[in-house]
Amino acid sequence: MDALDLARWQFGITTVYHFLFVPITIGMSALVAGLQTAWVRTGKEHYLRATKFWGKLFLINFAMGVVTGIVQEFQFGMNWSDYSRFVGDIFGAPLAIEGLLAFFLESTFLGLWIFGWDRLPKKVHLATIWLASIGTLLSAYFILAANSWMQHPVGYEINTEAGRAELHSIWAVLTNSTTLVTFPHTITACFLTAGAVLLAVSAWHLKRRNQEEVFRPGLKLGAWVVLIAGIGVLVTGDLQARVMTEQQPMKMAAAEALYDTSKPASFSIFTIGSLDGREETASVRIPSLLSFMATGSPTGEVEGINDLQTAYAEKYGPGDYVPYVPVTYWSFRLMIGFGGLAMLVAVAALWFTRRGRTPSNRWLWIAAIASIGMPLAANSFGWIFTEMGRQPWTVFGVFKTADSVSPSVGAGSVATSLIVLTLLYGVLAVIEVGLFVRYARAGAPEIEAPTDDPDRPLAFAY
Amino acid sequence: MELTTVWFALIAVLWAGYFLLEGFDFGVGILLPVLARDNRERRLLINTIGPVWDGNEVWLLVAGGATFAAFPEWYATLFSGFYLPLLLILVALILRGVAFEYRGKRDDDGWRRRWDLCIIGGSLVPAILWGVAFGNIVRGVRLDANHEYVGGFFDLLNPYALLGGLTTLVLFVLHGAVFLALKTDGDMRQRAGRLAERLSPPAILIAGGFLAWTARAHHDVTGWILFTVAALALAGAAVATRLRREGWAFLATGATLVLAVFGLFVTLFPDVMPSSIAAANSLTVDNASSTPYTLKVMTWVAVAFTPIVLAYQGWTYWVFRKRLTVDRIPA
Ligand code: HDD
Ligand code: HEM
Ligand code: HEM
Repeated sequence: MDALDLARWQFGITTVYHFLFVPITIGMSALVAGLQTAWVRTGKEHYLRATKFWGKLFLINFAMGVVTGIVQEFQFGMNWSDYSRFVGDIFGAPLAIEGLLAFFLESTFLGLWIFGWDRLPKKVHLATIWLASIGTLLSAYFILAANSWMQHPVGYEINTEAGRAELHSIWAVLTNSTTLVTFPHTITACFLTAGAVLLAVSAWHLKRRNQEEVFRPGLKLGAWVVLIAGIGVLVTGDLQARVMTEQQPMKMAAAEALYDTSKPASFSIFTIGSLDGREETASVRIPSLLSFMATGSPTGEVEGINDLQTAYAEKYGPGDYVPYVPVTYWSFRLMIGFGGLAMLVAVAALWFTRRGRTPSNRWLWIAAIASIGMPLAANSFGWIFTEMGRQPWTVFGVFKTADSVSPSVGAGSVATSLIVLTLLYGVLAVIEVGLFVRYARAGAPEIEAPTDDPDRPLAFAY
Repeated sequence: MELTTVWFALIAVLWAGYFLLEGFDFGVGILLPVLARDNRERRLLINTIGPVWDGNEVWLLVAGGATFAAFPEWYATLFSGFYLPLLLILVALILRGVAFEYRGKRDDDGWRRRWDLCIIGGSLVPAILWGVAFGNIVRGVRLDANHEYVGGFFDLLNPYALLGGLTTLVLFVLHGAVFLALKTDGDMRQRAGRLAERLSPPAILIAGGFLAWTARAHHDVTGWILFTVAALALAGAAVATRLRREGWAFLATGATLVLAVFGLFVTLFPDVMPSSIAAANSLTVDNASSTPYTLKVMTWVAVAFTPIVLAYQGWTYWVFRKRLTVDRIPA
């Protein structure tokens, strides 16, 4: 493997890993803020217990989100220096703005929230978690604007003399049509993920009839969030598919392993065949669905890989413009499939626990507890699809992945960092999952009677 | 003033802010095994920085992001050139960040001891390496005509840069000790004060040596003045510690760090990364910068939002202004 392959593996591994924690942070910060709001408004103790319980799990996750994010920030310069030189004029701005607007907000107010439980007035303390939550959303917006620019570059011009892309309109970058559909899709997916965390952990306790006053509402809240966010994900995903077909038709063709231009095009749910998709032995197809997804009309024409390859070779010069089809084909299906599965579990959970019921069927509980992993998988496949479907480009139509890598960094260095980070991430994963499970099982804390002693021990300290 | 100069200055401010703030929380991390005798005291030390360390670290992220946005060539050369040291820093920051959050999450001595090691090592490594990195930037590194770093890892470990590493280490530890004397009460306050007093002379010697070496090598008058004031501030810190004027001592160590960073940046200007191979290969504020349009956009963003950030970070320090004592740490 050369430095390029290693750097790609490193980027894929570290980013997907970062994005396991990100959606939980984004979704749960808002849900915890909501629960705390309910407590402040009603004064009901079970809301406070729920806030503290989910807040603990949220913090265990947040720590990992922060430390893996630092790697992302450094990585562009370390492994992708030619990319950084080429796009820095444009790409650096949203990254810097993200830091100034979002990361400061998140980290400062979360510190205040953790340590401010008995220092700040109730409502001020409540405001801190909402501000942290707003910080996570801002952060998502700016980083997605940066990523969307790579999918669909706008507001720039190439300066051939300087050998780089130069920003002409920051407004165009921040209101890129791709950002406008990617942001709601990703955020709804984040809420789906956080809902599943509530659903799964609550199910574990409810199965044992533990602390029903906290976990029955927890299960319902989680399931409803999964359902509502899930519908949002489907709607925004559909919009995104249309934008993507327009901007990156090759990605849609690769997602479907559609080699020949078709009108109308059917959607393949499942294919058994040779892995490169060129020969099909069996498949399950829904007629016209792909035409509808891609164009909004059941009879619309969808371009195939072969035609696009010819057209791209003419436009961009000789080369292979086809992404690795098996990955795009399957990651697209697995994204939708795992998300849909989580929604099914949510519907079942609501049905079987209606009006205070507690079912005894083991499999129902197993499915409910397993639902925690489904959106995490869907998110990862979504990103793998988005990023690998863009190949061979890092900036679509403008800059290739092969030209992005740092010329001065040898394969040995990249291999070292790949191995070190992967091992470290592996160990940390075991530790974080262990802690998460331990605190999830411990259940919601009992609330101590409040005191007015200013010198009482710190309640929520490290 | 040209926007490139403004951004050079802003990046100096971000690094100065980073050293000023994360400087003391690195110091506290390093002093964990020195000042704390038992687990409750270790918790006391960690809780003095608990609410703020993450916000402090964001100064680094914004410095990195701002460099990317305003001087992409600098960001690209620096981060790819200093690859292995940065990897070490990353590993250190990862372990340290997780350790703060996780160390108290299990009631188990072995567990806590292992995370304590992560906090100590995770603070020690960057405290040294940032100094080494800045030493090398100011000294100049082997950049070819394409602005690519062509030196090796061991080229970075020259005596001047290593002295830079010792300087940041000793200054951060002193800054941390002074911070602890300011933020704790009772026995810990005394011990931290005594330690700061004992650390002052070696700090003056090492940091003074590094700054004098820099001043001699570069003959930059403004830099020279800044270094002198920094050294005076450090001497002032020594006096204030001796008199147990903790607030003044903290201001003085903070001023030392900020002025020293400013001095290094002034010395560097108009280069951002000089080449030791040929002056023509050096990266400067002009050939490393973004377009005027990008710089203008970024300037507006910085003007609008930096005051807000400073206000709420300042408020955090106000909220947690009370000194901590061991009695307030749950047994
Ligand atoms: C859709 C959202 C999203 C996406 C696509 C990314 N991140 Fe992220 N990131 C977040 C959403 C987020 C967050 C919600 O804001 C986090 C997660 C957990 C956390 O602590 O904040 C975060 C943390 C986080 C941090 C630590 C911030 C701190 O110390 O508080 C950094 C430096 C980055 N990220 C950088 C990146 C980079 C360079 C990415 C691109 C490759 C990236 N993130 C992808
Ligand atoms: C601003 C945000 C992002 C930028 C600038 C970015 C950039 C890149 C770059 C330079 C590569 C390496 C080239 C390649 O091999 O494809 C890459 C690959 C990859 N990225 Fe992104 N990415 C961003 C966000 C994300 C996010 C948030 C994820 C999801 C978690 C993600 C997932 C991946 C994956 C899985 C790969 C590996 C694909 C492959 O190597 O073929 N990316 N991205
Ligand atoms: C019918 C269902 C869905 C459709 C039609 C859909 C569509 C899409 C499309 C077209 C993209 C690629 C965008 C691009 O590359 O430009 C994408 C990306 C993505 N999807 Fe989905 N999706 C669906 C369900 C889900 C579910 C259930 C999840 C997670 C719970 C999810 C999470 C993601 C993520 C994280 C990305 C990458 C970020 C992005 O580009 O927005 N999607 N989706």
